[in-house]
Amino acid sequence: MSENDAVEEIIICQDVCKWFGDFQALKNCSLRVQAQEVVVIIGPSGSGKSTFIRCINRLEEHQAGDIIVDGIPLTRDVRNIEQIRSEAGMVFQQFNLFPHLTVMENITLAPIQVRKMKKEEAQETAMGLLNRVGIPEQADKYPGQLSGGQQQRVAIARSLAMSPKIMLFDEPTSALDPEMIKEVLDVMQELAETGMTMLVVTHEMGFAREVADRIVFMDAGEIMEVGTPEHFFTNAQHERTKLFLSQIL
Amino acid sequence: MTTAAGTPSDRSVLPVTERYTLLGWVRRNLFSDLFNSLLTIVALAFIVFVARLLLRWAFVSAEWAVIPANFNLIMRGQYPAVEAWRLWLVIYLLGTVVGVSWKLISGQFSGAARVLIAIPFALMFVPFFSMGTRLYLLITVVAASTGYLVAGFLPIQRRGRAVAYLILAYLIVMLILLRGVGAEEGPMPPVQPILWGGLLLSLLLAFFGITLSFPLGVLLALGRQSKLPAIRVISVVYIEFIRGVPLISLLFMGQVMLQLFLPDGFPLVDRVLRALVAITLFSAAYTAENVRGGLQSISRGQYEAAQALGLSTFQSTLHIILPQALRAVIPVLVGQFISLFKDTTLVALVGIFDLLGIARTIIANPDWLGTHPEVYAFVAVLFWIFSYSMSYASRRIEQRLGVGER
Ligand SMILES: Nc1ncnc2c1ncn2[C@@H]1O[C@H](COP(=O)(O)OP(=O)(O)O)[C@@H](O)[C@H]1O
Ligand SMILES: [Mg+2]
Repeated sequence: MSENDAVEEIIICQDVCKWFGDFQALKNCSLRVQAQEVVVIIGPSGSGKSTFIRCINRLEEHQAGDIIVDGIPLTRDVRNIEQIRSEAGMVFQQFNLFPHLTVMENITLAPIQVRKMKKEEAQETAMGLLNRVGIPEQADKYPGQLSGGQQQRVAIARSLAMSPKIMLFDEPTSALDPEMIKEVLDVMQELAETGMTMLVVTHEMGFAREVADRIVFMDAGEIMEVGTPEHFFTNAQHERTKLFLSQIL
Repeated sequence: MTTAAGTPSDRSVLPVTERYTLLGWVRRNLFSDLFNSLLTIVALAFIVFVARLLLRWAFVSAEWAVIPANFNLIMRGQYPAVEAWRLWLVIYLLGTVVGVSWKLISGQFSGAARVLIAIPFALMFVPFFSMGTRLYLLITVVAASTGYLVAGFLPIQRRGRAVAYLILAYLIVMLILLRGVGAEEGPMPPVQPILWGGLLLSLLLAFFGITLSFPLGVLLALGRQSKLPAIRVISVVYIEFIRGVPLISLLFMGQVMLQLFLPDGFPLVDRVLRALVAITLFSAAYTAENVRGGLQSISRGQYEAAQALGLSTFQSTLHIILPQALRAVIPVLVGQFISLFKDTTLVALVGIFDLLGIARTIIANPDWLGTHPEVYAFVAVLFWIFSYSMSYASRRIEQRLGVGER
């Protein structure tokens, strides 16, 4: 990026804290994500990765610190929350497709209901997205009739149908059989190449190395270390980062 | 299949002759060992014994004359004979509406529609129905089929919506036909609900009890899950109060107390309507509890996915949560509605002449002394036809809905 480019920080988290009862799940987490950046979050299980990205679209409420998404501060104000949610798509580990709706209906529901899009227009967009994730022929099936990899690709298309500025991924390949992981990662990589801002919790180090602009390492509710993939794989600073990487690689 | 023939499966162990014959089936299922054979013989003896008693009674000693003599009373109570054409019109229209809807939204509910159309057909074979009645039932079946065929040619875009409007329009027309409009001398003079009776009234009480209590029950179930404490408390108190009280006491309370709750000068509510209010309030509490079971079966991920897409609470409840929750509890709800249909007979105890109430007045009539077995048997057959149809229809709907789930 040249000096002249105005650096747009699309996600700003400043000293975010979150407690579940007495247990502090997030401790002063600060992170700034620029538009079009791909940030991968790694860390041991229970370290607060999910909690952190779920705070960004208010599936969890943080209790201290500031979160600003695309200039909108995340407060109790319901209008702000709804606006942020329609700008940030989320993909879950368990897909969470709507089992009673067809693939097409899964994708068009939110554009029609939230964006008030015409049905025909929404269906056209949906077909385009299904083409993009490589399963246009599955449009009229129900989620239960698809493989895990196909379901996750539908879930990605469903999020993209809202034309989000940011995509949040919470371990999108952890529930998949090994042979299906690649088809989902390929879709994500292609999405990254189109310039989507992405925050990805994953254990897929190959993906992190190849696609991430930066990697964030979390442990015990804290952001321990942030850096480029190169930095992480060649000269990680913290002992715990090194230990984690040695276990996972 | 070529492979199956060569492999020694369970089936090919049996001699070919016994595999599919009746005798083979009987031997395997009824006389597989000594104990099973004994059970079969004892059960058979018992069935023959009971059946003989029943048949002997039905064909030799029973005095069936009571049924045809009171047929109209059993069917429609005191509804005036000259106005009976309005009831048939209501039924023909229902047949047509079912036929049209079946065609328009064929798929998930076609099984249920087929059952609805089978009811008039089945009734044609009930003894004691006059030839005229059977003819009218046949017309109903024809109306339904015509509706089905004609609907195929209608250029309708939004079919679900069209059916919803059609049903709404039908309900209004039905009430106007039943109740009547205009002057006493007019073409459709009013018939006060207290004159409605017999099977007509039982079906109406059940139908409106179900359709009115269903939305109320769903709202109560949602209220019980609400984040707003006031709404939650009201829902819980209502549900637990109603569930702690027998229907019969609600019916009595409805008769004597409903008027006290209404503003001064409110016109006196008809007895039948008072009973309907009690039935509706009663059923809603049970619907609420059943629907709550469905709501609890929805995983948190569904709520989160809906939220993450920016759907409002109302939108996600309407499009994501309720459709799945209701689907999960269809069998329970139908069971509840069947009991409600049978429970409407309790209105007989507060002086309303539904099917059972009419039965009681007939056997109290000195002319028909001692005919209660005949009257009750006939009434039971009528109840059975409708209850069984409902449970059969629900099984069909379940099968259809199951398709997309797995
Ligand atoms: N709803 C909750 N209630 C209580 N504790 C929770 C809840 N969600 C997460 N936690 C706790 O917060 C910590 C961080 O969880 P999570 O963000 O899911 O970790 P990760 O995604 O890194 O595995 C864990 O110790 C977990 O037990
Ligand atoms: Mg997690």
